[in-house]
Amino acid sequence: MRKIDPRLVLAVAASGLVMALWLVLMSVIVWSTLDPQERLAVGDVLAPRTVLVAMGWLLGLFLVAGTLHVLHRRYVGDPHRLLEKIRVVVTATTPQQLTPRGTAEMQAMARAVNELAAQRDQLRGDMAAQVAQASYSVQQEKNRLAALMAELNQSVVVCNRDGRILLYNQRARQQFRQLAQGPGLAAGAELIGIGRSIYAVFDQQLLAHALERIHQGMARGVASPSAQFVTTTQGGQLLRVQVAPVRAALAEGAGEETLESVVSGFVLMLDNVTASVEEEAARDQLLHGLTEGSRASLANIQAAVDMLGYSDLEPAMRERFLGVVRDEVGAMGRRITDLAQRATQRLKTRWPMEDMLGADLAAAAQRRIAAQCDRPVSLDAIDGSLWLKVDSYTLLQALTYLAHRLVDEFDVRFLQLRLQGTGTHAQLDLVWSGQAMSNETVMSWEMDSMRFGNERSPLTVRDVVERHGGEMWFERERVRHQAFFRFMLPLASVQGVVDAALGESEYSRPEYYDFDLFKQADQGSALDDRPLSELAYTVFDTETTGLNPAGGDAIIQIGAARIVNGKLLRQECFEQLVDPGRGIPAASIPIHGITDDMVAGKPRIGEVLPVFHAFTQDTVLVAHNAAFDMRFLQLQEKATGVAFHQPVLDTLLLSAVVHPNQESHRLEAIAERFNVTVLGRHTALGDALVTAEIWLRLIPLLQEQGIHTLRQAREAAQKTYYARLKY
Amino acid sequence: MTHKILIADDEPNIVISLEYLLQREGYAVLVARDGQEALDTIAREQPALVLLDVMMPHKTGFEVCQAVRADEALQGTKILMLTAKGRETDVAKGMALGANAYMTKPFSTRELVQKVAELLGETPA
Repeated sequence: MRKIDPRLVLAVAASGLVMALWLVLMSVIVWSTLDPQERLAVGDVLAPRTVLVAMGWLLGLFLVAGTLHVLHRRYVGDPHRLLEKIRVVVTATTPQQLTPRGTAEMQAMARAVNELAAQRDQLRGDMAAQVAQASYSVQQEKNRLAALMAELNQSVVVCNRDGRILLYNQRARQQFRQLAQGPGLAAGAELIGIGRSIYAVFDQQLLAHALERIHQGMARGVASPSAQFVTTTQGGQLLRVQVAPVRAALAEGAGEETLESVVSGFVLMLDNVTASVEEEAARDQLLHGLTEGSRASLANIQAAVDMLGYSDLEPAMRERFLGVVRDEVGAMGRRITDLAQRATQRLKTRWPMEDMLGADLAAAAQRRIAAQCDRPVSLDAIDGSLWLKVDSYTLLQALTYLAHRLVDEFDVRFLQLRLQGTGTHAQLDLVWSGQAMSNETVMSWEMDSMRFGNERSPLTVRDVVERHGGEMWFERERVRHQAFFRFMLPLASVQGVVDAALGESEYSRPEYYDFDLFKQADQGSALDDRPLSELAYTVFDTETTGLNPAGGDAIIQIGAARIVNGKLLRQECFEQLVDPGRGIPAASIPIHGITDDMVAGKPRIGEVLPVFHAFTQDTVLVAHNAAFDMRFLQLQEKATGVAFHQPVLDTLLLSAVVHPNQESHRLEAIAERFNVTVLGRHTALGDALVTAEIWLRLIPLLQEQGIHTLRQAREAAQKTYYARLKY
Repeated sequence: MTHKILIADDEPNIVISLEYLLQREGYAVLVARDGQEALDTIAREQPALVLLDVMMPHKTGFEVCQAVRADEALQGTKILMLTAKGRETDVAKGMALGANAYMTKPFSTRELVQKVAELLGETPA
């Protein structure tokens, strides 16, 4: 498909002309030496053989053209290809070498270029080392902040002034996962992600109002202005959102400080208050029941008692009023019993409790008691599946304090901890052998404020137990000569446990932030005129049952990754198998490795596309041979109502723009040219990631050719597209 | 002259006592068990005073009160609201809707009798 160099054509034509002229010249010279008779004879001999002469000329021309072509390839084509490869080396950000090929001179040149590149790389390495050194402390601070955020138990999202997300933590991601509509196909990644707009989750007006209040606060000179609001999400959850401004570090003399210029972004702290609001409502309801319900009953009783006070009451009436009193007293008794029951069931104590794995608590208690009391502590019958809702600090204090007194006053030599579940509670036992104490002693231990050496805690063991809404008592096991203190502790609700488990399984090292987005101001200008390096991209790939979308072939897998601010966000990927609603041809299985079994029970395209659409929001689509994938998406437009109107870029076409002289623009070939490691080729996500890496390397090469904006890239791609069509 | 008093309350346990108390004080006593019945009785019997509970089936005391005050023919009817709703806002609402007085449960029967007499412009016995 390569273009034929016009210079080659010109050279061949010129040689033909020269050969023809030479023939004519020779003929004329020979002709001029002949006398008229000889001329006649030669004319007779040659006239029928003109064709032969012409053939001879043509043959000669072919020989010359062939030689020229070989020479051209060797001395013009090869240098050209070498030039393109040198350009790659010039823009390469990682060390890259040329493979010497062609003539001895070319090979020598390639080696020389390699040496230059090596020198450059070394210089660059030195410089990078210096820069790394310099930015090390900055980076460390960033990391510290990110790590802190990641471990925070509260959801934190940091946005720039336009509402683009710069940073979020693990907790926020979990919360958004719960907020996501539907079956959570992308695990909330379509809602939260670096560079995404927070307005996909919250009404813009709501945040605008909060920011306005903050501005007002700042104008009044409030030291730390913040605002908060409560909002409901699509899923009906209640979120309390606290908003605090991020102040820009102003350069000195940067002109007048307007409020807008002072605030460079905002921090959102999110709390899902659905549960606590429900609890609050339940508490209100109980209180209400107690006051108004009791008031009516009391009124009935009081009126009846007042009537009973009349001395002239006839016996029948007296009996009726007594009946009222008995009735109402009974009703009030029942109401209060009922309330008390519901109150203990529903209303957890207000003290902030943490979810903790029971086994962790037991192990912590074991270490602490062993260290403080200098006695061996063993664990026995610990139910590892229990999650407790405890204030572990005071609980450990209470256990240690009791153990201390056992050791000090009864010379207990070793202790044991047990943990078992009993329905709604867990029982944690502190067990010892030997002497049992009197109930009075136990009582005094329970009610004394706890002491550790010279330190005195304001709390008693009883306080700690009540803080947990639990109970604690002393029991003997005569048969085993053992005695124990038993703590009844509340179990954690299932929801909390799931959260905590998730937090552990997902590795929390974040690519969750990109503070450089602070600098990106208004994105108001149309995408077309914005530089390629600034845009956000969704690089995607699909696997399909075949190559013919119109003939019934369908998507079976979509994989996508996001590029924001020139960085590939590997943690915000989209990967989804799709049930195509038809069989997968056996011939295609070796290509993508997806079988009928694998897609059985997966969502259909109608469920997947809306989520994928949300995932791609506000980004430019990038794919290799994008026309193919887009065709599959467009065919679903009618059925799903999901249309992809974003601009689309094709790495195949753009590679041809950058490297018109390379033979192949297949994904593997380009990846090899750019030294991109190919992992998981022919899974949708694997290919999408390779395409993304390629795209990141194409951007600087396009810039070298003067292609800076999205519009320019699209125009260039279109030109090569037509160019390729022509040949 | 004997005043007619309507007791509108859905709880029989209070109605027994109030009925006995007011009859003893010499009033003619009518009883209604819900809001609609109360309205009908007021229109038919035109009592001088209504002891009106707020929480009643069909129509709440507030609605009854509003309906009575909207009716020109019933302007003379005194309304004494008796209710377990003790919040300030509830009292304010009752008074705003046209109640003449508001008593929160529980109350002393002596005070009630005094209040009734006061509203009917009598000197208590």
